[in-house]
Amino acid sequence: MTVHSPKAKAADMDDKTDAPLLQVRNLRTEFDTHAGVLHAVDDVSFSVDPGQVLGVVGESGSGKSVTALSIMGLIARPGRVAAGSIELAGHGDLTTKTAAEMRKIRGDVISMIFQEPMTSLNPVFRIGWQIAEALQLHRDMGRKEAMEQATDLLARVGIASPEKRVREFPHQLSGGMRQRAMIAMAMACAPQLLLADEPTTALDVTVQAQILDLMVQMQHAEGAAVILITHDMGVIAEMAQKVAVMYAGVVVEEASVGEIFDTPLHPYTQGLLASIPRGNSRGQELQAIPGLVPNLLHLPTGCRFRERCPAAHGPCAKAEPPLKAMPHGHKVRCWLHNTEVPE
Amino acid sequence: MRKYLFRRLAQTIPVLFGISILVFAMLHLAPGDPADMLLGSEATAESVEKLRHDMGLDRPLAVQYVSWAGRMLQGDMGRSTVLNRQVLPEIIKRFKATLILTAGALTFAVVFGVGIGILAATYQHSVFDSVAMLIALAGVSMPIFFTGIAAILIFAMDLRWLPSSGMYPAAGGDIFDLLRHLVLPAVTLGAVSAAILARMTRSAMLEVIRQDYVRTARAKGVGERRVIWVHALRNASITVVTVLGMQFGYLLGGSVITETVFSWPGVGQMMVRAIQARDYPMVQGAVLLVATSFVFVNLAVDMLYAWLDPRIRYS
Repeated sequence: MTVHSPKAKAADMDDKTDAPLLQVRNLRTEFDTHAGVLHAVDDVSFSVDPGQVLGVVGESGSGKSVTALSIMGLIARPGRVAAGSIELAGHGDLTTKTAAEMRKIRGDVISMIFQEPMTSLNPVFRIGWQIAEALQLHRDMGRKEAMEQATDLLARVGIASPEKRVREFPHQLSGGMRQRAMIAMAMACAPQLLLADEPTTALDVTVQAQILDLMVQMQHAEGAAVILITHDMGVIAEMAQKVAVMYAGVVVEEASVGEIFDTPLHPYTQGLLASIPRGNSRGQELQAIPGLVPNLLHLPTGCRFRERCPAAHGPCAKAEPPLKAMPHGHKVRCWLHNTEVPE
Repeated sequence: MRKYLFRRLAQTIPVLFGISILVFAMLHLAPGDPADMLLGSEATAESVEKLRHDMGLDRPLAVQYVSWAGRMLQGDMGRSTVLNRQVLPEIIKRFKATLILTAGALTFAVVFGVGIGILAATYQHSVFDSVAMLIALAGVSMPIFFTGIAAILIFAMDLRWLPSSGMYPAAGGDIFDLLRHLVLPAVTLGAVSAAILARMTRSAMLEVIRQDYVRTARAKGVGERRVIWVHALRNASITVVTVLGMQFGYLLGGSVITETVFSWPGVGQMMVRAIQARDYPMVQGAVLLVATSFVFVNLAVDMLYAWLDPRIRYS
């Protein structure tokens, strides 16, 4: 997959195209629960360049969605972004923005599509109305102009007879079409960053491929950067240029997509890759990672993955390994690849 | 939408038919023969028989029903045996009074009940939420004869702000007099509905606020006020309308207690009197009118559903 130069949107981005669009540093998102404070995202750092597709993989409960919602500023009580910064080029640190400032950014500069197209659209409003709303909010458009634009957007996301569909309600559309409508809504204001939280998980396999193609298309056309959240390594291989693997609230490995697939360093990443069914593995048993994601309120001492790790050894129980930089821009959080082993 | 309306209209026909059968049967199920009752205990068997023949009571029930239903459809509900007046104009006069009281009570209930319910849901677990829900719980459990009399004692007797009874001053009055007379009974009657609405609105809103599409709206950059009052409320209003429809139908039957406490000349008060006096034509007419209006309120509620929820409209 080729890296596409972004169609720079903000003027101040033209002269520093190599600066990251989004820089997340030491993000910590907590939730108050009856049993104590839960660290859903625990000291996560990563960056996304303009026009880049960052894949974020991990099992359910690894903190992928919470990371995305933290970037959107949509963490609601009893949750909060407790520490860290989310630096968006041209806009500064999002964690310091007021609610009103975040509203202007959401849906305009950053937008998001969700896992469940069946429930993510409001059932009582027409498709066109829901898309037009974003344009009216951020583009100061009148009703009529916004509706015309909504029709164009539906056509661009590959919905047949869009002038008819804009007047329909979500329940009149199939799951795939609804996700197309969601993409149209998210892309309405040509955002610089699109967060896609498991956008194809709820769809039929045949539709999944179409939606992924559409996302690639839209992303190329708009030059938007994408943070693609998924648990599907196949989707990552197809879409992403850079990958962050998350486990129990932390990033355990980060590398280019080629590096991740050719030389995965973390035992968890290796496990994820081994669990992909392949054409030539017919008749063989599928590899699964034994055990479950640990309860975030009762993490094991040391490395969070230790209890499920086939390579766990002495230092793993003693301390949590840091995310260590390796050659080729590879980063890994594992004592196997770190010589500064604790005593 | 039109197809739905016609289908729903057609469904009211068997219901109305059932109501008419029940109301008709009332006369015949009631103990004692109407002819006996009209003539009193000293009548001769012969004169009773003659009256029965004149009233058509000796004909088969089906024949009697058809001629009765025919008269009802023409608006001829007979004469009140107590007042010796035509039933229909009397009932309509009473029904108007009840309608005014109901409208007043529901206006109060919607403004306060729905408003408080939305705010309580928006600020869940806040002090406002707790206090509002406590008051609402008290409102649901407080009997009207108590709140009504308390309201009269405080606002009519003590403070002398508002009149305590009737629709108009004895000398007659204009619309402003009517409104002044309406305040106390409407608020007393509406308080219960407001409390029910507040609780139902709150729980409906809380459910809707957690839905994915509300998150989508926020992700679009929609402001919090618009998220609540447009995106969430439109969905929650389906529940609200259900409760409102039930309250409306229930209030149309006339609230006997409120009408009695405030001497409001409504249908409920009249019906109780008619039943006590065994004024069958009056009772029949009133029940028929109230039941029919209930059916049409339900129809209106269903139409509102369809307007609010396209999933109903298009299925």
